[in-house]
Amino acid sequence: MRQLGEVFGRLREKREGALVLFVTAGDPPLAQLPAILETLATSGADVIEVGLPFSDPIADGPVIQASSQRALDRGTKTADVLAALRGFDLAPVVLMGYTNPMARRGLGRFALDAAGAGAAGTIVCDLTPDDAGDWREASREAGLDTVFLAAPTSTDERLDRVCEASTGFVYAVSRTGVTGAGHEAWDEARTLVGRIRARTDLPVCVGFGVSGPADVREVCSFADGAIIGSRLVTLLADRWRGGEGREEVAAWVREAKAAARR
Amino acid sequence: MAAVSPSLGRFGPYGGRYVPETLVPALDEFESSFRRAWADPGFQAEFEGLLRDYVGRPTPLTEARRISERTGLQVTVKREDLNHTGAHKINNALGQCLLAKRMGKSRIIAETGAGQHGVATATVCALLGLECEVYMGEEDCSRQELNVFRMRLLGARVIPVSSGTRTLKDALNEAMRDWVTNVRTTHYVIGTAAGPHPYPEIVREFQSVIGREARAQYLERHGRLPDVGIACVGGGSNAIGFFHAFLNDPMDLIGIEAGGLGIPSGHHAAPLTAGSPGVLHGSYSYMMQDEDGQVLPTHSVSAGLDYPGVGAEHSYLKDSGRVTYRSASDDEALRAFQEVAQLEGLIAAFESAHAFVPLFERGGLSPGARVLVNLSGRGDKDMERASTLLGLQS
Repeated sequence: MRQLGEVFGRLREKREGALVLFVTAGDPPLAQLPAILETLATSGADVIEVGLPFSDPIADGPVIQASSQRALDRGTKTADVLAALRGFDLAPVVLMGYTNPMARRGLGRFALDAAGAGAAGTIVCDLTPDDAGDWREASREAGLDTVFLAAPTSTDERLDRVCEASTGFVYAVSRTGVTGAGHEAWDEARTLVGRIRARTDLPVCVGFGVSGPADVREVCSFADGAIIGSRLVTLLADRWRGGEGREEVAAWVREAKAAARR
Repeated sequence: MAAVSPSLGRFGPYGGRYVPETLVPALDEFESSFRRAWADPGFQAEFEGLLRDYVGRPTPLTEARRISERTGLQVTVKREDLNHTGAHKINNALGQCLLAKRMGKSRIIAETGAGQHGVATATVCALLGLECEVYMGEEDCSRQELNVFRMRLLGARVIPVSSGTRTLKDALNEAMRDWVTNVRTTHYVIGTAAGPHPYPEIVREFQSVIGREARAQYLERHGRLPDVGIACVGGGSNAIGFFHAFLNDPMDLIGIEAGGLGIPSGHHAAPLTAGSPGVLHGSYSYMMQDEDGQVLPTHSVSAGLDYPGVGAEHSYLKDSGRVTYRSASDDEALRAFQEVAQLEGLIAAFESAHAFVPLFERGGLSPGARVLVNLSGRGDKDMERASTLLGLQS
């Protein structure tokens, strides 16, 4: 499994922005996940976030909420998601989700299981460095990166803490709000990325409201990478069709990656 | 969940702040505003003045003579149903909206289950000239329709929530999402003693007037303290406000959760009785969840108790053994609802009716025990459902 540091280091040498893509585990059905991951990675995704579905996703907008619910309705379980990741080594996988499902059987055990399945790190939407002492320790022991989120509302003191606690990259939330496509201006995100850069050498990727090549191009002009979630989740739900839509998805990823090349 | 780092705002291991980073600065601001205000005699005078002149506090204690005769207990009732808007919820709504004004936030959002917190918040917003939007599950909008009309009349916008189970938990999710989006202009008035730090502490402080009054009133009238205090527990705001003044007294404290169709059926809302610790809505506390950490659907006849989580301090009080938590089923609560109406002329909210159930249980409380029950709200809002469930049409 390629780890985050290696991937971002290589992109930095090539002066290329990272394309980070989010998919919900279990939507399309989990049996499709390996094929989806392969399609994304071979078409240009540098890092893939695999969303662990949760029944009460307070940081997510309607698209990812509905996708999580579909995944849960199909009976998607954490252990099965980890099993579906095993053997995939074309791009680093970061597990993204909420504290409760990850912590249900103990943080230490989850970290070991996730690392054992080949995951490179985690992003926990409802966990800030304030309450993450044990989680960071468990992740360090398991060899998982811990990506924390920085927000436009974060104070300088909080940004210090986020940068100090993050490994792999820092996730800059582009705006106040929940996940979902549609963005008007990138000034807030640009300012935030500048504030983060003043504090750390870690790569900074921008997500929330990044939905297509134009957004990716804009974001990669001031950040190390762009994260697309809801738009891809919609595309997969509508067009993947058990793999028949593979080429359409691949073409979309190639276009997004081209925009990240600056 | 094995271990959680102890940090800010914990009751033992419970509580904390499990929220998106975007909200943390607002939670910090809320906490510091509260600490400044709470220490400010000007704020205290304004809060207490409105509790007295607008809400109608202190609420009385009523001796429940016919229930006492029937049960062989000595039962006294704290009358939170007599507050303006008909429940204890306004104590907290008033406190938080006054704080919001101090923080310069002109827009208020709230979630509501039974509608009592929504009505209380809409009322205070009308009083203070604040914009108000209330999230309410679609199912609750239909089973508590009267409260929807009241909120609209008071000038609030009621936003029906159609996601998930369409009840209180989903209204909370949607309010959190609104807050994360509009956090710079908006204060979120959480209606119960749950949620991320500092909500559990602040809501308790605003509600603790219930127990302080009741303790002083009981002592003055009876020259001693009761043997037992009972309150219903959903998220647990009336219960924590009622219990808090008695925690250091030699008294049994009992919290009654919603047993729904019975604990073995799985159709209930009793996380302390039958759940396990986990993270929901920003805090680590007992909750109803499956083996994979997904939140389980709940059931209760009372919309206000129909919630899979509970305030963090209750989890701590359960583990420490200071408070005993049990459940009462829908049927038991409905029987108590009728008994209390017919023996005392008190129409309790379905939620509050749960707190009366132990009085009528055989072999429950010791004969002659002095029992103080918190009647957290009145039942007018439940009359339509009651007429169907109890066949009152003819």
